[in-house]
Amino acid sequence: MTSILSARVIALVGLALAIVYPLVVPNDYFIYVMALAFIFAIATIGLNLILGYTGQLNLAHAGFMAIGAYTVGLLTVDYGVPFWLALFLSGIVAAAMGFLAGIVSLRLRADYFAIFTLCVGLIIWLMIEKWDWLTHGVVGVIGIPAPSPIGPIRFDTPLANYYLVLAVLVLALFVMDRIVHSLLGRAFMAIRNGEGLAEALGIPLMRTKVTAFVISTAYAGYAGGLYAGFVRFIGPQIASEANAFDMIAFILVGGLGTLSGPVLGAVALTWATQSLQFLQDYRLLVFGPLLIILVMFLPKGIIGTLKARQAREAGAKAAAARGAAKAERSPAHA
Amino acid sequence: MNLSLFVQQILNGLTLGSVYALVALGLTLVYGILHIPNFSHGALFTAGAYVAFFIVGSLGANYWVGLIGAALATAAIAMLSERLVFSRLRDSPPLHDMIAAIGLLLFIEAVAHAIWGADFRRLAPPYPGIMRVAGTVLPIQRALIIAGAIGLMVALHLFLRRTVTGSTIVAMAQNREGASLVGIDLTRVSLITFAISGALAAIAAVLFAPINLISPGMGNLVILKAFVIIILGGMGSVPGAILGGMIIGFAESFGAFYISTDLKDIIAFALLVAILSLRPQGLFPAPAR
Repeated sequence: MTSILSARVIALVGLALAIVYPLVVPNDYFIYVMALAFIFAIATIGLNLILGYTGQLNLAHAGFMAIGAYTVGLLTVDYGVPFWLALFLSGIVAAAMGFLAGIVSLRLRADYFAIFTLCVGLIIWLMIEKWDWLTHGVVGVIGIPAPSPIGPIRFDTPLANYYLVLAVLVLALFVMDRIVHSLLGRAFMAIRNGEGLAEALGIPLMRTKVTAFVISTAYAGYAGGLYAGFVRFIGPQIASEANAFDMIAFILVGGLGTLSGPVLGAVALTWATQSLQFLQDYRLLVFGPLLIILVMFLPKGIIGTLKARQAREAGAKAAAARGAAKAERSPAHA
Repeated sequence: MNLSLFVQQILNGLTLGSVYALVALGLTLVYGILHIPNFSHGALFTAGAYVAFFIVGSLGANYWVGLIGAALATAAIAMLSERLVFSRLRDSPPLHDMIAAIGLLLFIEAVAHAIWGADFRRLAPPYPGIMRVAGTVLPIQRALIIAGAIGLMVALHLFLRRTVTGSTIVAMAQNREGASLVGIDLTRVSLITFAISGALAAIAAVLFAPINLISPGMGNLVILKAFVIIILGGMGSVPGAILGGMIIGFAESFGAFYISTDLKDIIAFALLVAILSLRPQGLFPAPAR
């Protein structure tokens, strides 16, 4: 019971820090970078559902984020659709594409699935680049409108956008918390731990995996839609594998299959790369070995390792308490 | 339609197919050891091309010296990756191997980028002439690629079938526990397999470089196509890798010519999506172990 309470306390403290953050930093740059980190965190929370909880390596996640971003960009710029409607559709379009990709690819073995999604990501990128009349090709979509005002609240400053992104992030975490603690979430983890066993327990493999994939791509789509409204410019680059690999690194740093891991990883790594600006060109020189070292020496990530330690300490404490109780009882027996 | 143009496409398809098949062969052999797709294989292709560029371009050596040097150096890189990374992850879930392989890919590409920059580099062909085949011209480099690939495939086949070392690789791919039980050394077989796969990737890259360009990202499309090929041909199957390589090579050369050059690179992936939609187990599934 205490651990649940403390988790809630930690979450509230984190939220309070995030709310106060823009009021104490010196300029908009810090707000801008943090908001971007939050947007990628939303996408990464989605990726964690399929990668961390269900155990399938999806390498097309950046592609689905691009689909969401282009949904907002193209609908608002070329077709005059109001921003909020376009944002609402961004996750749905991405999830629909995810459903189509999922019903084909999730029948495959895990390693085929990784290759297949790598190809899907590349196809999405090539489509965006070559399909000029729809996507503006390599030029990208320019002049995406900022989110339109809701009543008195306007979204033309980085600060207002920061709070919008933060609100969506909190909602995304809350929904994910409900999902992974539901029966469905248990089914995802059962599949990760062993497909054969999960199937023997009566979990419909295909339907469950497709559900996880569709939810995860919806997250990617909404993150992409927010990205389009926040950065106001998108190009094919957003679909690149490099973005997908970044998100995998976020999850690994934070912890596979943990709720807060992706957020922690996204924030920590985004700031690490920002402070290593002079390394911009050589970023991957550090990133590649980082991925390897993490899977070799810290496969559970920061949150996962902390949790494991907490569990060990709790176990040791319980054992000690049992031992003490026994010691107290034994003289009485004697 | 024009017959000589048709022959031209066949020759193009053979050239591309040969390069793809060589890369896919190494990939499929390593799959027998790792049981995961080695995403870092494309980086070995890139590494081979750059080593040859360094030996030929900067040191002024002969093309063939460059080819052999690249094969040796890349084999060494592949063996190092096996020792430092993959052998240590043998007991981890496959997901971890795949992520580590991606890390290796990013790292090797970044090293090439840091040393040689993002510019495209050229490797001069050793014999710049052309020859005439069935009424069309064939650059000698393309003939070299086709002949080299066929020679290496035959050599590899003989090595796997006729030598004890080759048999140990096949045995390990079929059943790791069984192979270990009859006294086959897993470490030795892994190292040999990685060395062969690295050398094949490097040779493919050095043969291909004179008719293409060298850049840090040159391995990306090739490796993706190699993945498509080993799925088509069945993971771990040597004849499947060769046949799959040729299928993709021909699909691309004819697709580029009769459909659109813009779509050339999508064809392989569209083919993969189509085939896996109809046959999730691949075209030639390996027999159950």
